[in-house]
Amino acid sequence: MKKEEYLKLVKGKDKEKNILKNALISFLIGGLLGSIFHLLTYILVNTCNMSSSFACGIVLFIYITLAIILTGMGIFDKLISKYKFGLIIPITGFAHSVASCLLEYKRDGFITGIGANMFKLAGSVILYGSVAGVSFAILRVIING
Amino acid sequence: MKIFSSFILVGLICFIASLIYDTTKWTSGHITSLFVVVGAFLGFIGVYDLLLKKCGYGLSLPITSFGNLLYKSALDGIEKYGLIGAFKNLYISTSLGISSTIVLSFFITAFCNPKD
Repeated sequence: MKKEEYLKLVKGKDKEKNILKNALISFLIGGLLGSIFHLLTYILVNTCNMSSSFACGIVLFIYITLAIILTGMGIFDKLISKYKFGLIIPITGFAHSVASCLLEYKRDGFITGIGANMFKLAGSVILYGSVAGVSFAILRVIING
Repeated sequence: MKIFSSFILVGLICFIASLIYDTTKWTSGHITSLFVVVGAFLGFIGVYDLLLKKCGYGLSLPITSFGNLLYKSALDGIEKYGLIGAFKNLYISTSLGISSTIVLSFFITAFCNPKD
């Protein structure tokens, strides 16, 4: 076997392993966050007699606050590079993208820096969510007649 | 038991996202945008509400829930006020997430400096 072939083969195997490893890490971390979320909401609903949507809102608020504080302290970036999509897909990723944009552009001033750049990453989520939400709602009304 | 199904479902969503990221050239921005639209679509065909009811609150956490909530509040607005209601009510149920993110991020920026 030639050296190049061997290197190519090793590289392919290595990449395959990494893909599975990353996906499994994301699965575990995302699942952990999800089950903690369920537990907290369940406690709030059953002990404080809240409606489920309000309890969900409170727990979401806790998650967002934690994510933003950790981003401000510079810890969340390291966590994201370690656990990747386990933290990006939950709402923490949304909060992190806004907070990190703000921190990054702080030196450019308050208007042209943080004001103009805060939705650099989260903007696409809001844009496509809104477009899809309104279109699907109108489609549903048309279908239902 | 629902804590288990929350674990599996949220984990599965993150698993799929990671697979997409590693096998295509998409960035995480592409993937989160895709997942919001997927969430709105799942709400549209009625799957998301069913899953929320059967599998616990955990499913309110991933970004797909954002799309589902946007769709539901737009539909709610249309039923209450007619077509204009879609725009009037669109952000009602996601308001907590968006506004707390914006305001808290601003205050944290005032106190912290970026670490290099």
